[in-house]
Amino acid sequence: MTRNTLKLALLTTALVATGAQAQDVTLTIESWRNDDLTLWQDQIIPAFEAEHPGIKVEFTPSAPAEYNAVLNSKLDAGSAGDLITCRPFDASLALYQNGHLSDLSDLDAMGNFSDVAKSAWQTDDGSATFCVPMASVIHGFIYNKDAFAELGLEVPETEAEFFAVLDAIKADGSYIPMAMGTNDQWEAATMGYNNIGPNYWKGEEGRLALIAGDQKLTDPQWTAPYETLARWNDYLGDGYEAQTYPDSQNIFTLGRAAIYPAGSWEVSGFNALADFEMGAFKPPVQNAGDTCYISDHTDIGIGMNAATDNPEAARTFLAWVASPEFAEIFANALPGFFPLSSAPVDIEDPLAAEFVSWRGECESTIRSTYQILSRGTPNLENETWGASVAAIKGTSSPEELGQKLQDGLASWYAPQQ
Amino acid sequence: MKRARIRWHILVFLAPAVIVYTAVMIFPLFNTLRLALYSRVDQERVFVGLQNFQTLFFDPIWSEQFWNALGNNFWFFLIHMLVQNPIGIALAALLSHPRLRFAALYRSAIFIPTILSFVIVGFAWKLILSPIWGIAPEMLDWVGLKSLYAPWLGREEYALTTLALVSVWQFVGIPMMLIYAALLTVPEEILEAGEVDGITGWAAFWKIKLPLILPSIGIISILTFVGNFNAFDLIYAAQGALAGPDFSTDILGTFMYRTFFGFQLQLGDPHMGSAIAGAMFAIILVGVCIYLFGIQTRMRRYQL
Repeated sequence: MTRNTLKLALLTTALVATGAQAQDVTLTIESWRNDDLTLWQDQIIPAFEAEHPGIKVEFTPSAPAEYNAVLNSKLDAGSAGDLITCRPFDASLALYQNGHLSDLSDLDAMGNFSDVAKSAWQTDDGSATFCVPMASVIHGFIYNKDAFAELGLEVPETEAEFFAVLDAIKADGSYIPMAMGTNDQWEAATMGYNNIGPNYWKGEEGRLALIAGDQKLTDPQWTAPYETLARWNDYLGDGYEAQTYPDSQNIFTLGRAAIYPAGSWEVSGFNALADFEMGAFKPPVQNAGDTCYISDHTDIGIGMNAATDNPEAARTFLAWVASPEFAEIFANALPGFFPLSSAPVDIEDPLAAEFVSWRGECESTIRSTYQILSRGTPNLENETWGASVAAIKGTSSPEELGQKLQDGLASWYAPQQ
Repeated sequence: MKRARIRWHILVFLAPAVIVYTAVMIFPLFNTLRLALYSRVDQERVFVGLQNFQTLFFDPIWSEQFWNALGNNFWFFLIHMLVQNPIGIALAALLSHPRLRFAALYRSAIFIPTILSFVIVGFAWKLILSPIWGIAPEMLDWVGLKSLYAPWLGREEYALTTLALVSVWQFVGIPMMLIYAALLTVPEEILEAGEVDGITGWAAFWKIKLPLILPSIGIISILTFVGNFNAFDLIYAAQGALAGPDFSTDILGTFMYRTFFGFQLQLGDPHMGSAIAGAMFAIILVGVCIYLFGIQTRMRRYQL
C-alpha cells in the first residue's frame, strides 16, 4: 500500500513536471556579442518574456573570434541553440546552404525591412531570407563641435566645403584636421573609400550594377573616390603612415584633431572618452542639392536553427525581434548600432540620433565589396584596403588602382569577364 | 652459435620520445604535405596532385605574392646575417675580455630581450617608433636629428628593414652567447704561444680565435636561416596578417597564415595554405642541405 502511494506520488510529480515543461519552452540564443550580455539579460529578454509567458529565453554568447568555429561544431553535433545570431553575407549563407538555418521568407514581420536591410541574409537571387536583420552601422564623419565653434566653421555639405573646412583647420594650426592613419589599412577602405564612395557610384544602383557586371571598377564613379582620398593626404597628422586605429581614436577623443572619419559603432566609446561636444556630418556630396547616399552597413541578424525542437516559439521570438518595440530597446541600449526595421525609432543619444537621421534624407546602401564580390582570390575587400591606402599615400594613381582591382575581380568573377 | 639478444631496454627508453615526437611533429608534417595535394571542389575534397603548387608558382595572382614574400624573407635573413651575427660576435669578443668589469650584467641585459614574447617586443617597438606617442622622434630631437625621423613602420621602403632590426635587437643575445661559449673554450696556451710569436690584440682575434670559432658561426648562420624562414610572430604582432603597408613586410609565414586561416572576408583555404607550408619546408630543407654538405664538410677543424 505505502509502496503504491509512493509510486503514485512519483508519477504525479513526473506528470506535473512534464506539464510544466510543455508550457514553458526555453529558447537558447547563440551569439558572438558577449559585450551585450547584460543588455540582453536585463532589458531585452525580460521585455519579451513579459509579453510572451510560457517562453523562456537564454542568451549564451561566445567570444567573437571563436564564434564561427564554435557555432559550426555545435551545429554539426546537433547541440546548437534554437536561435542563431547571424554574421552578414557569406558566413551565414554557408550555414543556410548546409541546411543549418531555416528559410524565414514567409515570416510576416519580414515586411518591416527594406531590401537593402535584408540583402546580407539572402540567397544571391534574393529568393530566400534566412535571418531577421537586427542592427547596422552607419558611416560618416564625427567632428569636434568645440573646435568648429572656436574656428567659426560650418558643417560642410558639399565636397568643396569639406575641403575648405579642412584648409581652414590646417591654416589655423591648433588642430590636426583629420584623425586617420594608414597603418592598419582597413580604416582607409572602410572609413575612407566605402564612406565617401556611395555618393559617387549612387549607392545601391552602382553596387548592384557592379555585381551584375554592368559597371567596372575602372569606371569613373569607382575611381573618383580614390582621387578624393588622395587629397586627404595633406590633412592627416604627421606620420599618419604609422598611425594605428587606436592612435586615431585617441587623437580625436583627446581633442587634438577636429574631424574623425567614422563608423557609428564609435558612438558609445567616444561618449565615454571625449570631454568636448561632438557632432556628426554625412559624407559630403559633389554639388549642393545632389541626392546623398550613406553606407548603412548591415552587421547583425538573427535566424532559426533548422534543427530546433521549438520552431513555433522561435518564430514568435523572431517576429518580436522584427517589431518596433525591440528596435527601440536595442537602439537606446547600444547607441551606434541601429535597428534595421523601417519603423521610425526614437534614439535618445544625440550623436547616434544624428547618424540615424540621415536615413530620412539619404539613400541607404551597404559596403560595395561585401556581397558576393569577396568570394574569390584575390579577395576584393582585402585588395580595396591596400588600394585605399595607396590612394591616400599617392603611391599609385586612381586609374592604376581601378585597373588592378578590376583585373583581380575579373580573374574569378564571371559577370565581370 | 649464440644469437644476439634483443636489447629491449633500448626500445623502451626510446619509445616515449619517439612516440611523442612522431605524434606532434612527424605526423603533422607529412599530413600537411599530403593536404597540399588535395583541393576542395563543390564541398568535396578531391585529389589534384601538384596542381596547388602549379597555381602557387605560375598563376600570376599567387606567384606575385609568393615571390614577394620569398624576396622579403631573403632580405629579412640578409639583415640578420649582416647585422645580428657580426654584432653578436663583437659583443662576445668584448665580453670575453678578461679585464671587462660587470661582464655578467651586460651579458644578462643583452640576453633578456630573447626571452620576451614576440607580442611584447612588437607592441613595445611599435610604441617606441610611433610618430604620435613614441619616444623615437623626441630622442632624435634631443640630439638635433629630428629631420631623420620618419614613420618607419608605415613606409613601404623602410618597414621590413625596421622590423628586421627589431628582430635583431631581440635575438642578438643568441649568437653572443654561443660565440661567447666558444671563445671561452679557446685554450690560454695557444694564445700565449701566439703572444710569444708576436701575435697580440686584434691580430690574435683574427688569426687565432676567429678560425677556432668558425664552426660555431656556421651553426649560428644555419639557426638564423631556419628561424628567419619560419618567422611569423613579429610581423603578425606589429603589422597584422596583411603585413602592410602594401605587403611590403609580407614573409612566407604571414602569407601562409593568411591563406590557411583566411582573413576578414577572405575564407581560409587549408589546401593552398599547406602548399605554401610545403614550399617553406622545401626551401628550408634545401638551405640546410647546402650548408651541411656544401659548407660544413669543407670547414677546417682544429684539434684543441
